Amino acid sequence: MKFTEEHEWLRVEDDVVVVGITTHASEQLGDVVFVELPEPGTEVTKDEEVCVIESVKAASDILAPIDGEIVEVNEALADDPGKVNEDPMGDAWFFKIKAADASQMDDYMDEAAYNDFIG
Amino acid sequence: MSELQRTPLFDLHQELGAKMVPFAGYEMPVQYALGVMKEHLHTRAAAGLFDVSHMGQVILRGESYEAVAEAFEALVPMDVLGLGEGRQRYGLFTNADGGIDDDLMFANRGDHLFVVVNAACKEDDIARMKAALEPSVAVEVITDRALVALQGPEAEAALARLAPSVAGMRFMDVATVEIAGADCWVSRSGYTGEDGYEISVPEAHAEALCRALLAMDEVEAIGLGARDSLRLEAGLCLYGNDIDASTSPIEGGLVWAIQKVRRAGGDREGGFPGAERVLREMAEGAPRKRVGLVPEGRAPMRAGTQIFAGAEGGEAVGVVTSGGFGPTFEGPVAMGYVTAGFAADGTNLFGEVRGKRMPVTVAKMPLVPANFKR
Repeated sequence: MKFTEEHEWLRVEDDVVVVGITTHASEQLGDVVFVELPEPGTEVTKDEEVCVIESVKAASDILAPIDGEIVEVNEALADDPGKVNEDPMGDAWFFKIKAADASQMDDYMDEAAYNDFIG
Repeated sequence: MSELQRTPLFDLHQELGAKMVPFAGYEMPVQYALGVMKEHLHTRAAAGLFDVSHMGQVILRGESYEAVAEAFEALVPMDVLGLGEGRQRYGLFTNADGGIDDDLMFANRGDHLFVVVNAACKEDDIARMKAALEPSVAVEVITDRALVALQGPEAEAALARLAPSVAGMRFMDVATVEIAGADCWVSRSGYTGEDGYEISVPEAHAEALCRALLAMDEVEAIGLGARDSLRLEAGLCLYGNDIDASTSPIEGGLVWAIQKVRRAGGDREGGFPGAERVLREMAEGAPRKRVGLVPEGRAPMRAGTQIFAGAEGGEAVGVVTSGGFGPTFEGPVAMGYVTAGFAADGTNLFGEVRGKRMPVTVAKMPLVPANFKR
């Protein structure tokens, strides 16, 4: 698993990359009340805003961590945004992306480096 | 920026695991371990304890209550003279242009008037009262008492365990009550739409009182985050967001707070700052009006969201002044100002969120029914 400075996690699953937000991020956000997901089939480039999360406190964006095509989104989050707080590292993944260039993942942190990053 | 102040309950907040944020010059708890959503729901289901010690507490004393009330009526468009002893009322400091400089609570305490004002406005409010009322009325700022609110359907049962007499109080009654060995000034009121009490307690006794309440199963500590979503569902204004120096009481939907005796044709008509505009708008209507807004779907419409009459084009007809998610409403809720022609309940409008026009409907406030003990 890889981690970004934007507090996203990336997990390689067969030929796609599953993306979610970290437990730390979900705790900082507070109770999540709304998630807006991209359309499957959307081509995205790294650092493009692809999702909106609204918590009881504020709205934040999720950025595409790599270039590629969104192949699947987690529709369950639209109906039950609270899952993001309950299981951010598991059930509450946001989207699956087919990487255009898998080497973009190499720049991201491993778990130990991420834990150091959040202190 | 000057250093943040702390309330007498600061150490307790820290011990309870509160997340502290700067608010109106104070370090205040925005949430505790439960989180905003659960704190909100707990308050509506049982009882929540809020530290509101940052608010300003002021005693106005003169020759008699009547003398103080008469002087105070020059600052507010409310019936102060006619307020019964042991009763509290909602009030507004208006300015010369008929806008609202602050909202407040005032109570007839027999030989004096007790006033509670917003934290962010208190220095200005105190200066205003001193300038207008002294020397015939003494303005005494209370700095040695904390202020806490206990809110929710089980607030009565919880507080009555410490002081049985509070069960007999009605909505907006005020009394001095001995609670856990301290002389407290208690009112049956609040800012959540729920039944409950606001308690002014000597600072040396504040933590013990809170600990006694928090030890009860039904009571949880609640932060400013849930206080905001509770008052929003209840349709109550946040000064600075929903009403300010430019909004009149009529625009703000607060005409109910102006008693007949101060209105056109009343025995003490006018005689407060901005009376000309306030009385004129009461007769002719205001150009815009504060309304409740219910967005369709789940996306919250935050403060600043522009409101439009149509799905495309056109000028904005309004703006959201408070908006977020209503945990009890189970969906997004908002309030804001719209041009008078669009203010009727059920009017279908659009709010622009991230460049997209989303349907929103004008709705009667409160969005969650109030639960006061009348």
